[in-house]
Amino acid sequence: MNGSSTFRLVLCLFVLVALVALPVFADATGQPALTSLATRILIYGIAAASLNLVLGYGGMVSFGHAAFFGIGGYVVGILYQHYAAGEPLFGFIPGSNQLLVTLPAAILVSGAFAALIGALSLRTSGVQFIMITLAFAQMLFFLFVSLKAYGGDDGLIIRRANEVPGLNMRDKQTIYYVCLTAALVFFVLLWRVVNSRFGNVLVGLRQSERRMAAIGLPVYRYQLAAFVISGMGAGLAGALMANFMRFASPDMLHWTKSGELMVMVILGGVGTLFGPLAGAAVFIILETVLAAWTEYWQLGVGAVLLFVVLYTHGGVQALALRLAGRRA
Amino acid sequence: MTAPILAVRGLVKRFGGLLATDAVDLDVRAGEIHALIGPNGAGKTTLISQLFGELRPDGGTIELDGKGIDGLATAERVSRGLARSFQITCLLSDYSVRDNVAIAVQVRQGHSFRFLANVRADRQLRAEADALLADAGLAERADEVVANLSHGERKQLELVVALAGRPRLLLLDEPMAGLGHAESQQMIAMLRGLKQTVAMLLVEHDMDAVFKLADRISVLVYGRVIATGSPDEIRAHAEVRKAYLGEGDEAC
Amino acid sequence: MTLFLEQMLNGLQLGVMLFLMAAGLTLIFGIMGIINLAHGSIYMVGAYAGTLVIGQTGSFLLGIAGALGAAAVTGVVMEMVVIRRLYRRDHLDQVLATFAIILILNQLVTILFGRQPLFVPMPPLLAGSVELLPGLVYPVYRLSIIVVGLLVAAGLYVLINRTRIGMLVRAGSTNRDMVRALGVDIRMLYTVVFGLGALLAGLAGLMAGPILAVQVGMGEQILITTFVVVVIGGVGSIRGAFFASLIIGVVDTMLRAYLPGLLRQIMVGSEADALGAGISSMGIYLLMALVLLVRPKGLFAADS
Repeated sequence: MNGSSTFRLVLCLFVLVALVALPVFADATGQPALTSLATRILIYGIAAASLNLVLGYGGMVSFGHAAFFGIGGYVVGILYQHYAAGEPLFGFIPGSNQLLVTLPAAILVSGAFAALIGALSLRTSGVQFIMITLAFAQMLFFLFVSLKAYGGDDGLIIRRANEVPGLNMRDKQTIYYVCLTAALVFFVLLWRVVNSRFGNVLVGLRQSERRMAAIGLPVYRYQLAAFVISGMGAGLAGALMANFMRFASPDMLHWTKSGELMVMVILGGVGTLFGPLAGAAVFIILETVLAAWTEYWQLGVGAVLLFVVLYTHGGVQALALRLAGRRA
Repeated sequence: MTAPILAVRGLVKRFGGLLATDAVDLDVRAGEIHALIGPNGAGKTTLISQLFGELRPDGGTIELDGKGIDGLATAERVSRGLARSFQITCLLSDYSVRDNVAIAVQVRQGHSFRFLANVRADRQLRAEADALLADAGLAERADEVVANLSHGERKQLELVVALAGRPRLLLLDEPMAGLGHAESQQMIAMLRGLKQTVAMLLVEHDMDAVFKLADRISVLVYGRVIATGSPDEIRAHAEVRKAYLGEGDEAC
Repeated sequence: MTLFLEQMLNGLQLGVMLFLMAAGLTLIFGIMGIINLAHGSIYMVGAYAGTLVIGQTGSFLLGIAGALGAAAVTGVVMEMVVIRRLYRRDHLDQVLATFAIILILNQLVTILFGRQPLFVPMPPLLAGSVELLPGLVYPVYRLSIIVVGLLVAAGLYVLINRTRIGMLVRAGSTNRDMVRALGVDIRMLYTVVFGLGALLAGLAGLMAGPILAVQVGMGEQILITTFVVVVIGGVGSIRGAFFASLIIGVVDTMLRAYLPGLLRQIMVGSEADALGAGISSMGIYLLMALVLLVRPKGLFAADS
C-alpha cells in the first residue's frame, strides 16, 4: 500500500515540475501556443474537478454546471465593465479590475446561484434532477443572451485582464502561472475536502442515500453543501477563463459546455481526484488535434466518447490501470 | 409504570384500496424484545417503514419516549434514538466493514461539516469502530470491502452499524433471514446480550429465534394485530394457531 | 381580442408539438428508466428526411412517410446499437452516451446537408388561412398541426387505457421491476415504447418544418423545453405531459407576444425587446421552479 502512495506522490511532483517548466520549454521549442493550451487545460481541469465533487464523489448527475462556470466569467466581465465606465453596479457596487477582488466575488456569486439552483433541484433525484439542472442552466443562458448591456449574444469583451499587484497580467506566461497557482491551491483544498468527514459522508451518499439517512444523516443539507462548493469551484474556473480569454459569453453557460465538462470527468475517471484534470487534458488535446484535421471534429469526439462510455468502465485512468495490470 | 419506549396507537396505512396497516396498537418497553410475527404479506415491513419514517402513515400516532415523532424525517428519528436493520441488507458496498461502522459513528457524533482533517486518520473513530466490530466477532473482517462479504456477515454488519448509533430502540427486520444454523445461534446470542442496552422490535419468521428471544409477541395478520402476549399465551392462542402457527411450513 | 385568440391558438399549436415530443420522452423515462438526450436528434432526422422526400417528390404526404420511416429506422438502430447497452447502466453513462449520439448525428447531418437551414415548402392543400370567427383569420397549416396533435393525444389515450399493451405501459411506468418480474417480454415492450417515441418525434420534426427552421441543433432546442414539460407534468405520466405541454405552449407564446410590449412602456425600445425576449425565454423555467417548490415530483406524478 505504501509503495503505491509513494509512487503517486512522485508522479504528482513530476507532473508539477513539468507544469512549472512548461512555458519555458514552450518558448524554447518555439511553440508558445503550448502555454495557452496548458492554461485552458488547467482552467477546465478546475471546472471539471468541481463537477466531479458532486458527480463522481456525490453521485449527483448535474447537467448544468456550465451555468456556474459562465457566471464566474460574467462576474469578472461585469465588474470590469463597471470599473472601466466608472459607474457602480446597481448603483452601489463599485466595479473592479483587481483579480484579488474579482476572483472571490466570482466564487461567492456562483456559490449563491448554486445554492439557489441546488435548493430547488435537490428536492428531486434521478432523471428529474438531471433535467432540472439542465433546464436551470439553460434559463441562465437565455438570461445572459438577453442582457444587451453586457454584450448579449455577442458576449462581453474584457479589454484588460484583471490586475494583480506586482505582476504583469498582459504576459501570457504570467497568466499561466496565476492559473497554475490557483489550480494548485484548488486541488490541495479539494484533496482535503474529499478525505475529510464531509467527503466521507458525500461518498457514503453516492453509495446509498437510504443507508445514510438510516444512520441519522440529514441528506439534503449535505448534498446542497456539496453542490454549493462545487458551484464555487466552477465559478473560480470561469473567472480565470474570462481573464485568460479577455472575454465572457453566453456560450460559457450553454448546455453543450455542461456536456463537455461531464465528458472530461468521465474521460479522466469519475470519482478520482486528478481524473478530471487528466480528462480535461485528453479532451482539449483531442479537440485541438481533431479540429486541425477536419471541420467535423465533433464527430470524432462523439465517437471517442461513445466508445469510452460503452467499453471502458472508469475512463482513462481505469484503462491505464488495466493495461498496466496486464503487463504486470 | 414507566412509559414504553415506543408507543404506537391506531396506525393506519392504505395503498390505494389495500389496507396494509389496520389500526395497529403496539408498544415496546425498556429492556424487552417484542417480537412481531405474521404470515407473509401481513404488513410487517410496511409497519417498520412507517415507524422509521420511510413511509407516511394515513392515520394514528407514533411516540418515542412519550414524544410524538409523526412527521419527523428518518434522520431526525435516528437522532432521537431509533435505529433499524434492513431485511435486504443496505450497506455501503464500496467501503470496508470498518468504514461502514465508522461512518455511522461519525454521523452519530455530528460534526460532519468538517472539511480539512483526514477522516481516515481519526484514531478515535477507528478505535470505536473496531471495538464495535470486536463485540460482534467481525474484527478480522474489518478491512474487507463489503461487496466481498458473505450474506451472514452482512446481516451481522447491519446490526453493528445500527448499534453504532447508540439507539434506545432497535427495529430489526428479519435479522435471521438467510442465515445458517450456526450463524443464527450467534445472532440470537448477540441479540439476547443487547437486551439491557437497547429495546428491540423484532420482526422475524424464524420461530426458534422468536421463542428464544421474545419477552412479548404480537401477531400481525392482514395488517391487524390479532394478539399480543407472552410466548406461552401466543402459543396457546386459538386465533393465532389458526391464522399462523397451525398453517404448516415455517421454513428458514 | 382576436390577437389574443390568435396567440392562444399559437400557444396551443406549440403545446401540441411539445406533447408529441414529451409523450415519447416521458414514456421512455417512465418505462425504460433511460434518459435519452438523442430524442431531439430523432426529431431532427424526421425533419431532414421529410424535407428531402418532399424536395424529391413534391408530395407532403410522402414527406410524412419519409419522416416517419427515417425516424423509425434511426430509433431502431439507436436502440440496437447504443440504448440496449444502457439499460443497466447508471444515469451518467446514459447521459454521456446519448450526448455522444447527438454529436455524431449533428455532424453527419451537417456533412450530408450543410450548415444552412433548409426551406420546407408549405403543402399547397394546407397553405392559406381560414376565418374561424369574424375577424379571426388563422393559418390552415397551424390549425392542422393542432388537429393532428389532438388526434394523436386521443389515440394515445385509447392505446394506453384500452389496450393490453397500454396496460403494460401503465404498469411499467409505475413499477418497472414488477412488470419484469411478472414475466412480461420486457424487450418487446421496450422496443414498442422506444419506437412509438421515435415515430412521434419524427412526426413532430416534419410538421415543424414549414414553420420553424430545419437546421442542425433544432433537436436540442426543443428537447430542453420538452424536459421542462416532463418535469412539470411528472415523469412517466402521459396525462401530465399533455396538460403540461399545453400550459407551457400557451405560457411561452403569451410571454413572447406580450412581454416586450409591456416592457416598452418602461424602457427603451431595443432594450425592452431584448429583455422581453430574454425574460420570455426564462418564463417556462421559472414556472418549472414554481411547480418544483410545491410539487417536487411534478403535477401528475406516476409514483411507485
